[in-house]
This record gives sequence, structure tokens and C-alpha cells, in this order.
Amino acid sequence: MSEALKDLAAVLEAKQSDAVVSSSIDFDELTVVVTNAGLLDFIDFLKGNSSCQFTTLVDITAVDYPGREKRFEVVYHFLSMVVNQRIRVKVMVEEDEQVESITSFHACANWFEREAFDMYGILFANHPDLRRLLTDYGFEGHPLRKDFPTTGYVEMRYDEVEKRCIYEPVKLTQEYRQFDFMSPWEGAEYILPGDEKKDT
Amino acid sequence: MDGSNGNTIGIDEKVRNFSINFGPQHPAAHGVLRMVLELDGEIVERADPHIGLLHRGTEKLMESRTYLQNLPYFDRLDYVAPMNQEHAWCLAIEKLTGVEVPRRASLIRVLYSELGRIANHLMNVGSQALDVGALTPNLWGFDQRESLMIFYERACGARLHANYFRPGGVHQDLPEKLIADIQTWTEQFEPFLQDFEGLLTENRIFKQRNVDIAVVTKQDVFDWGLNGVMARSAGFAWDLRRSQPYECYNELEFKIPVGKNGDCYDRYLMRLEEMRESIKIMQQCIVKLGECKGEDVLARGKLTPPKRADMKTSMEALIHHFKLYTEGFHVPAGEVYAAVEAPKGEFGVYLVADGSNKPYKAKIRAPGYLHLQAVDHLATGHQLADVAAIIGTIDIVFGEIDR
Repeated sequence: MSEALKDLAAVLEAKQSDAVVSSSIDFDELTVVVTNAGLLDFIDFLKGNSSCQFTTLVDITAVDYPGREKRFEVVYHFLSMVVNQRIRVKVMVEEDEQVESITSFHACANWFEREAFDMYGILFANHPDLRRLLTDYGFEGHPLRKDFPTTGYVEMRYDEVEKRCIYEPVKLTQEYRQFDFMSPWEGAEYILPGDEKKDT
Repeated sequence: MDGSNGNTIGIDEKVRNFSINFGPQHPAAHGVLRMVLELDGEIVERADPHIGLLHRGTEKLMESRTYLQNLPYFDRLDYVAPMNQEHAWCLAIEKLTGVEVPRRASLIRVLYSELGRIANHLMNVGSQALDVGALTPNLWGFDQRESLMIFYERACGARLHANYFRPGGVHQDLPEKLIADIQTWTEQFEPFLQDFEGLLTENRIFKQRNVDIAVVTKQDVFDWGLNGVMARSAGFAWDLRRSQPYECYNELEFKIPVGKNGDCYDRYLMRLEEMRESIKIMQQCIVKLGECKGEDVLARGKLTPPKRADMKTSMEALIHHFKLYTEGFHVPAGEVYAAVEAPKGEFGVYLVADGSNKPYKAKIRAPGYLHLQAVDHLATGHQLADVAAIIGTIDIVFGEIDR
């Protein structure tokens, strides 16, 4: 399995040298990082080339790394039923950078890209219908970004007086309990109760 | 709605397209699906599913909880076959940490995954029949599902939200009596299935409503990323249990039913056949379980709690137990994609770990998500009444689609 993946990685690096930034094999899975500009050609190659035939799009998602210069990783998973292989393709993008939509190659990318837009605010160029998908109609913000609080900003309830649903800022009857049991000897970032006076 | 895209017949007469809301409170919507259908007469011109009404932010919640605390969320995805989902999560963690699952645990996992597959297909076939107007099969199916729920309960204490699979094995060993009862149950299932089939397979109405409806071609499978029964109905013999075997599926004997026409009726027949194959797998597992009685069902180590008896005498075991259930275990940094053949298709988890006790990112890849997306393609050109049959056949559960 691993040998075949190495061969595949070599082929991709040779044939798509413009697009491929790096490739690695971990846990028997091939990950290829490609440039944003070369993405479409690369996907086209994966789908059309006879030694790849990655005709099935399995998943598109994104990962948020707020510390990085290029904040988001857009991650594509492909499957080849013919060669029985999987591949992971990654593109690094900045916050306001657009990624080409791959809906022209894989029709099912539509919802995945809508979801990535909804959850992370990544814009996909030439997407046929880039609406929000999972969140509420009229929702603001992008929930899966690391700087979005788990509790959210607004909550909805039915108002008896106004006879309609209204949105208001989240009010928690008790503070959101973020249990962090990381061992203080192994890099916990919080201050233990009682230790806050240590330096004063 | 304004008639701008209607066809002009006479000078005064205008036929306009009609948009209707299908759901979210429609009984055939299988949960909370709101679908905006654009109709030309009774023919569907466009179907736009609006999902997210059951969105609970599972993926966001998972980022602030430990790996072990995240496990119960998977029961709540596809709540028709909960253990199959847990399986994917456990496989992902095991892949990252390199833990070997003990043989007995592996067999129990397969046994319960197949039990889940039967539970799922019973529900699906029954409700598919209900959607096209037959009430009885659904009730019969639920009767059998009840036994399965009791098997769930006897294994883990919960009828539905099992939380039974654990990274490194399963929570507890199965009692001998339970295994014997499952064996007895599998023996009565085939006669039941024949009765069940007698209601539907040659039923004229059922056939009229299902044959040649929502035909899936091989190209559709590629374009829309269909998998599971949907892909197999188009003629692909693609089943992850065979093509990319995990757990101990490669030593079990079973067949992969493949469809010919790719229509709803094919998928109905295939689901029945898959149940029969699942029964075979379960029976093989039961035999193999008999060969490894009394073996441990957890890979003892960092991921799993120490034995109860050890905790009475060993200080280290006690500390380990405490730390495991407060801090949780740490998973080395890395990223994996682990997939299982859930009853509905390929259920995958993309897990990014950063070395701490919580996942940095977990993406749940649900099969129903892609199937529902394809509804627009499948339903276009069909009658409005067929939409119910199509939603039935693609086997959607909103827990996993909305997450």
C-alpha cells in the first residue's frame, strides 16, 4: 500500500511540478499540498489521469490555524475506486483569499464548499450558489473559526408579546464551564486557582 | 412565482411554475428536511433541500472536549445505527495512536456493527414502504428492531445512545447468555424476512411506486459522490468492508449484493439481501467469539482504564484511572481519515490532532449528506409523489446530515 502511494506521489510531483508544494505519507495516507493557483489543473489531472483516476470526491473541509500567515487549510479527500487509493489534497489560503470552486469537475463539491464557506468564511470563486448551508437563515459569523465562541453570540426564543421569534444576545444562567484538565506539568495554559497571586 | 418563467399557452392563459415547501414537518421528510420544490404541474423541475434545522454544532463542540467525551456525540449522528458511527471515531484514534484492538473486542465490534446495519435497513425498508403507502411492514420492522434495541441495552445499558465502543476495544465483555440470545435471534430472522418480503417484493403498488424511480447511473455515482447502497445499486461492487478491509472483515465470508437497474426497487432488494449477509457475518462472529471466551476486550494501556481489580491494589492504576477520566488521553499530533462502511455508505472521520487531549479539528463525513445533495439531480423530471419514494430510498437521517 505504502509503496504504491510513494509511486503515486512521485508521479504527481513529476507531472504536476508547478502545482505541488510538498507531499508526505503518514499513517499510510498520502497528503499533497498544492498551490492555490494550480489547484484546478491538479484536480483535473487527478480525475483524468489513467494512473490516478480519483473520480470520487469524498470530502472537502477546512482547518483554521489563526497563528499562521495563511490562516486556512482547505482539505480535499479523493477516492479512486479503480486503483483503490485515497489521497488528501491541501491548499493554504489567507483569510480574504479566494479558492477556485471545483464544482465543474465534481458536482458534489457544491454542498461541501457551501459548508466550508458557512463554517469558515472561505470564499470559493465561480461557485454556482454560495449560500449558507447549515446555519440559520440570516446567521452572522463563521462558527468553526477558532475565534468564534462555542456558546455563540445570539440565541433565539419565541416572544409572547411580539408573537414572533426574536434574537437576543446569549445570556447564560451560569458561566460556560470550560473544564481543562491538562496536567500543569505538561503545558497547561491556565492558572491554577490560588496561583494567580504568585507573581504579585 | 411571478410567472416570469411560465410558458405562455394562449394570450391570456399563463401556466406558471409552482413552488412548494416540502417539510420541515412533512411525515415523509424523514426528520427535519425543508425542501423547496419547483413544480411544473406535477413534475418536479428543481429541488432545493434546506438543511441545518437539526444542526447542533457537533464539530465545534468536539473541539472543546476530550477524545473520550466526544464518543457519545457519534451516537447522536445517525441515531438509527449508532455503533457504526462510534466505530469510525475509534478507528481514527487507533490509527493515530497505533493501538491494536484485542481480537475479542474486534469480533464484538463487527457483531454489533452488523446488528446496527440490520437495524438501519429494517427501519429504512419499513419507512420506504410507509412512504409509498404500506403501513404494515414498518410495524413489523419495528418489532424486530425492538429485539435489537434490547441487545444494545444488554451490552451497554442504553437502548439507543450506546457509547459502547471505546478507543482500544469495547467497554465491556458480552455475557454468554446474550451471545446465545443473539444466535437464537439470528435464526428466527430469515423466516421473518421471508414474511416481510411477502408483503412487498411482489406487491403491485409497491412495484409501481419504486421500479424505475430515481435511476442511478455509474456517472451519477462519480459526479455526486454516492456510496453505500446507492453506489452498489448502479453496479459497483464497492464496499469498504471488502475493498479496504478494517477490523476483522477480511476473515469473514459474506457477499456484496450489487444492483442492476439502479432504481429504488433494486435498492430495496439489495437492502434485504444485505440483511441476510449481515446475519451470516453475525453468526460467524458468534462462532469465533466462542473460541476466545474470557479474553480481554480492551487494549490495556494509556487509552483505556485499568482493570477494576488492579485499582484496588495498585496506586499507579488508580492514578491512571483518575487521569484518564479527567484529563483524558493524549493523542500524538497528526491527521488521519478513517472510514467505515456504515449502513448508509461511507462514514468517515477526518481527525486533526495537535498532541493534546482534545481534537484540534474533527470533520464528520456523513454518507447521507451527499445522497441528499443528489436529490435535486434524482428528483428532477419525476412526479411530486415520487419525491417521497426518493427520499425514502436515499436513506437519510438528519442527525448525521446536519451534525
